[in-house]
Amino acid sequence: MAVAKPETISAGTRYTDFHPRWYRRRVSVYWWLGQRQYLKFILRELSSVFVALFVVETLFQLAALKSGPQAYADFQSFLESPFVIVLNIIAFLFVVFHAITWFNLAPSAMPVRLGGKRVPDFLVAAPSYVMWVAISVFVGWMVTR
Amino acid sequence: MAKQSNEAFFWVLFSAGGVVAALLIPVQLFLFGVAFPLGWLGAPSYESLMALVSLPLVRLYLFVLCSLSLFHWAHRFRYTLYDGLRVKHLNEVIFSLCYGGAVVGTAVAAYLLWTIA
Repeated sequence: MAVAKPETISAGTRYTDFHPRWYRRRVSVYWWLGQRQYLKFILRELSSVFVALFVVETLFQLAALKSGPQAYADFQSFLESPFVIVLNIIAFLFVVFHAITWFNLAPSAMPVRLGGKRVPDFLVAAPSYVMWVAISVFVGWMVTR
Repeated sequence: MAKQSNEAFFWVLFSAGGVVAALLIPVQLFLFGVAFPLGWLGAPSYESLMALVSLPLVRLYLFVLCSLSLFHWAHRFRYTLYDGLRVKHLNEVIFSLCYGGAVVGTAVAAYLLWTIA
């Protein structure tokens, strides 16, 4: 059988003696835009950026508290600027998205069985939601009382 | 890149942070980032927040919240960059920046909460 010379396959491909080069399809940087599921996945992953943003805000808030009443008043007026409010509303939506996807993942990650039957997913996720509401009410009460 | 054996450790931090972030961040962000600035609810005074932060349990709560949330971010954001932007060749840089950021943030949180009251 005749063996094709490398030049006739691809001029730019280099071969070594030790290992063949794999063929790999190039994937676009925007691969996640094509399908709803992929988009949902990437948005869920991006929620982590807003989690980090919240921590940074909290650290600045603590630093302002530490510096005294004037610094804290300045920090409060910073939070009241329209740009920051819009950013925080977006961040809030993302962290809620994170919470919902996280709680709904639990039944898949840890299937619960009772008497040989698998407990329905919504029943496994339900306690998380109950806890979420209870903790939210408690934190709200602690902060505003 | 981390050794395979470290992956489980980072994953535990990621998932613990995921739980903490899911349960606690929405309410806090809603109150301090949206409801208080827009005047929907009366914002707590400086004195009442200082009284709250002076409680050791509240400081421990804030430390755990900040630290675990950052490690959650580090893990997730790292893989978002790997998969989303397809920048496999930058793995080590991304790893150092993400976990470095989480460690620095944890140290800042510890310092602030230790010295605040």
